[in-house]
Amino acid sequence: MRELFLALLADDRGHGYEIKQTLEHEFGSVMPALNSGQVYSTLSRLDREGLVVGHEVDGDGRGKRIYELTERGRAALAEWLDSPVPGVRLKDEFFMKFAVAASAGLTEPAVLIDRQRREYLQSLRDLDARLASGVDKVAGELLIEGAVLHLKADLEWLELIEERMSVGVAS
Amino acid sequence: MAALLEACRLARSYGEGSARVDALRGVDLRVERGEFVAVMGPSGCGKSTLLNVLAGLDRPSSGEVWLDGRRIDELSETALARLRRRSIGFVFQSFNLLPTLSAVENVELPLLLAGRGRRKARRIAVGLLDELGVGARPDAAPSQLSGGQQQRVALARALANSPDIVMGDEPTGNLDSVASREVLGLLAAARGRGQTLLLVTHDARVAAAADRVITVRDGMLAEQEGLQPARRVTLPFDPPARS
Repeated sequence: MRELFLALLADDRGHGYEIKQTLEHEFGSVMPALNSGQVYSTLSRLDREGLVVGHEVDGDGRGKRIYELTERGRAALAEWLDSPVPGVRLKDEFFMKFAVAASAGLTEPAVLIDRQRREYLQSLRDLDARLASGVDKVAGELLIEGAVLHLKADLEWLELIEERMSVGVAS
Repeated sequence: MAALLEACRLARSYGEGSARVDALRGVDLRVERGEFVAVMGPSGCGKSTLLNVLAGLDRPSSGEVWLDGRRIDELSETALARLRRRSIGFVFQSFNLLPTLSAVENVELPLLLAGRGRRKARRIAVGLLDELGVGARPDAAPSQLSGGQQQRVALARALANSPDIVMGDEPTGNLDSVASREVLGLLAAARGRGQTLLLVTHDARVAAAADRVITVRDGMLAEQEGLQPARRVTLPFDPPARS
């Protein structure tokens, strides 16, 4: 979240209100809405850390502040942009569920796998329906294609689990 | 009402004694008219054998296959060939177009074989190619077309005689993701017009488009429930939902 704030202040100075608007506009559908309090507390934390500096706007009288990046703020932003996001996802909720359920004999492993496969297939169907509707521009389509590839990998992985653990064979 | 396609206690084994392989071990299956069913399963699970037996390309060791109220596993070779020509359309992974015929001639062929006149056959073939988005180059040889275009031509050929059912073995197996999506869209559109589809596939996207996914494991069916209609997907760029 703090890096997003820094990025939004990178090319200009801005009000907390503008940041809130931009975030809502760009990511509003996948992010919980921020209230003004959260926006201002994030900005004042960044201010305390020396990453942004706030100026009182002259003549306004209501103590409205406008923020801009400091040198340290630019460096922090550059570092965030320069680091890849983590590539390995070893904390998989399904796998944890599967492992504990199997070891404690809580559920039939084949049932867990079938149910999960149906969920993945359903998600794939949802995504493909959105793609087919043609409402998205390139960026949206790429995001969906990415999610589709992840789902296909997840489905292959379920197959692998079945094969290696010989679950679901009713013989 | 009877299902369009029904299989009872299907078994198919190859070889004898210790070399015997049981590819199918008691399969019961119903496909309703207008349904799109995907068959999945690991390689060697028996799904291609199942398709071949259901399509009358192979005979079961035991069990029955019924298509549109008629038992087909006991038909003579000639009767089976006629049935396949008229009642079943096929799409394959490698398209299987005849290389010496043009696109439109490939689509015409099953129509002529089913006894249509030349002019009528041409009209239907051209119409189908148009509908499937490959009408611009009816005289192109298959080798001059991209994989996606070849599969569209193959789909036009499969639909030519308005078959009871279109069966496919990995119809998107040789296509890149864009062409796959287009072919899948056409299959879904055919389904939307009431065409029954039975497709063997590894492609999760094909399975996700089906009404029902059947998994074959060790020559037996592990049926799954059908999927729900597509749910709404929200992307970061969407306008936020107003609450």
